[in-house]
Amino acid sequence: MLRASLRYRLADFELDLTLDAAPGSTLALVGESGSGKTTALRLLAGLARPDQGRIEVGDALWCDTALGIWIPAHERTVGFVAQDYALFPHLTVQENIGFGLQAVGIRRGVLQRRVADLLERFDLSALADRRPAQLSGGQQQRAALARALALDPALLLLDEPLSALDVRTRHEVRSELRAVLAGLPCITVLVTHSPVEALVLGDRIAVLEDGRVSQVGNREELLRRPRSAYIAEFMGLNLMQGRVLSSSPEDGTRVTTGDGELLVAGPVPDTTAPLVVVVSPREITLYRSPPAASAQNLYHGRVLEMVPEPPFGERVRVVLDTHPRLVAEVTAAAVAQLGLTEGAPVYASFKATGAVAYH
Amino acid sequence: MAREALGRIAALVLAAILAAVVILPVVALVLRVTPARFVAQLGDSGVRESLWLSVKTSVAATLLCLVLGLPMAYLLATRRFPGKRAVEVLMDLPMVIPPTVAGFALLMAFGRAGLLGRTLSTFGITLPFSTAGVVVAQVFMAVPFLVGAARAGFEAVDRRYLDAAATLRAGEFTTFWRVRIPLAMPGIVAGVGMAWARALGEFGATITFAGNLAGTTRTVPLDVYLRLQENLDAAATLSLLLVVMAAVLLTAMRQAGLGLFAPQRASSLAPLPAR
Repeated sequence: MLRASLRYRLADFELDLTLDAAPGSTLALVGESGSGKTTALRLLAGLARPDQGRIEVGDALWCDTALGIWIPAHERTVGFVAQDYALFPHLTVQENIGFGLQAVGIRRGVLQRRVADLLERFDLSALADRRPAQLSGGQQQRAALARALALDPALLLLDEPLSALDVRTRHEVRSELRAVLAGLPCITVLVTHSPVEALVLGDRIAVLEDGRVSQVGNREELLRRPRSAYIAEFMGLNLMQGRVLSSSPEDGTRVTTGDGELLVAGPVPDTTAPLVVVVSPREITLYRSPPAASAQNLYHGRVLEMVPEPPFGERVRVVLDTHPRLVAEVTAAAVAQLGLTEGAPVYASFKATGAVAYH
Repeated sequence: MAREALGRIAALVLAAILAAVVILPVVALVLRVTPARFVAQLGDSGVRESLWLSVKTSVAATLLCLVLGLPMAYLLATRRFPGKRAVEVLMDLPMVIPPTVAGFALLMAFGRAGLLGRTLSTFGITLPFSTAGVVVAQVFMAVPFLVGAARAGFEAVDRRYLDAAATLRAGEFTTFWRVRIPLAMPGIVAGVGMAWARALGEFGATITFAGNLAGTTRTVPLDVYLRLQENLDAAATLSLLLVVMAAVLLTAMRQAGLGLFAPQRASSLAPLPAR
């Protein structure tokens, strides 16, 4: 159980949050840059000290400013994975993973066994003697995770775990990370600026705006009742549930939603389990006549509704009666150019790489 | 265009003049010492004596600089405390005061009649006119180089590594030895190199504080000065040795990317992409 309330002032910015997370769960803090995500993580880690606050993890009290209690980072059972992973450049992968174990003075034999287990578990055994500079982004992330988990932290903190990766690897690592987090006994708090990552990785999602949590809930709760323009925008995602028809690394994954079919880039680990597919409305392009280039996901339908986005209506959400149902988001200029009106027939398409699938 | 060309030629000419000013004395020295004379002079027991004394004292002084200078460099790099500015000035002082003045000041402090000299002599320690005095003079003159370079090295260690260490249960002690020192190593090595070169070449403070006693305080620079009056071959041989040692050291440091005034090698992460 994590219970934290934190207040922290930095120049003209004020962070004021209350966070809760159940044992073994993952809490995703999502917000735009400058919303205070990283600061919140540093406060939980003990790398920064709140002006007022209280942090309780399981039975341990890490911070209570009212009682004058403050446990510094190096005395907390916390794992921290920085945005760029911050693996020690002068140490090999196994030395990086063993760093914390050595710092707490664990016996050499135990240490070596534990490091070997972690190398194995994160598929790094072949890279044990490499330096971080010789690793790919995805490998660095696994090494940083292994290092952070070596001491069995009660709280694992991930700062933008996927942002240091290029788009291609991000896709792959996202599903890996989801599987790892699902198997962890500890509480995980991760911050991200990406709504999709928050949806895929978080059991619960807290939306951060201007240093405050504007909404907390699970996926469905946030989808049903967004409470601010920002959340509405980020939650206005197309979310579909379906079954896998076929899946391969080359051809991607074909999914049926019962209402229609779609193609998602890359394979999925389990072809029998139900699947959730998320498509951002901004990934969807609209046409009045069938596009010349063959699109991977092309649908024909009518415009059901057009909703200008607050505050100024520069972007417009276009609700379609396609199968499956889709919501696109386009600029007001595009609406005018295409002559979109309610009831007008349109073609909608999105790329297989624009869709995210997870179990 | 003509102005551009003129400017380029002027720059080349001025650079050539500077190169000549530096290179000529070295060439003159090399020409003065034929291989035969060089070998003959190395046979001279006096030459060997001052050489050995220089090596001994400069190495001892460098080690002392390291032991005394690293903690100071670390504190200056990581802490804020009242009077820090004064300490910084104090640490730079030996670099700018004339070495003879430094030697005189050392005499006033550790000489027989000096501030601390009497206390030291009751413990049977006499620094002036002793080999230990040579080391003290060298440390005094060389330590700012080590403190400066090592401090820059510590300051160049990226915060994110220190944060990572903290969340891996490493206290200040572990972090210092396992993260800060290895990552500051380029700066520390550069500091050691510069401090050693400075100690090796020390003349003014040594002759003022420790005197010019053969075998005890007569290091190579002092010996060169002395032999200028009588035996030019010996002076040139010793000089050449010093020049070669300095050149080897500088080349090695450049090779390792640690030039005297080279920017600190990045012991840090690439800057974060803008979000």
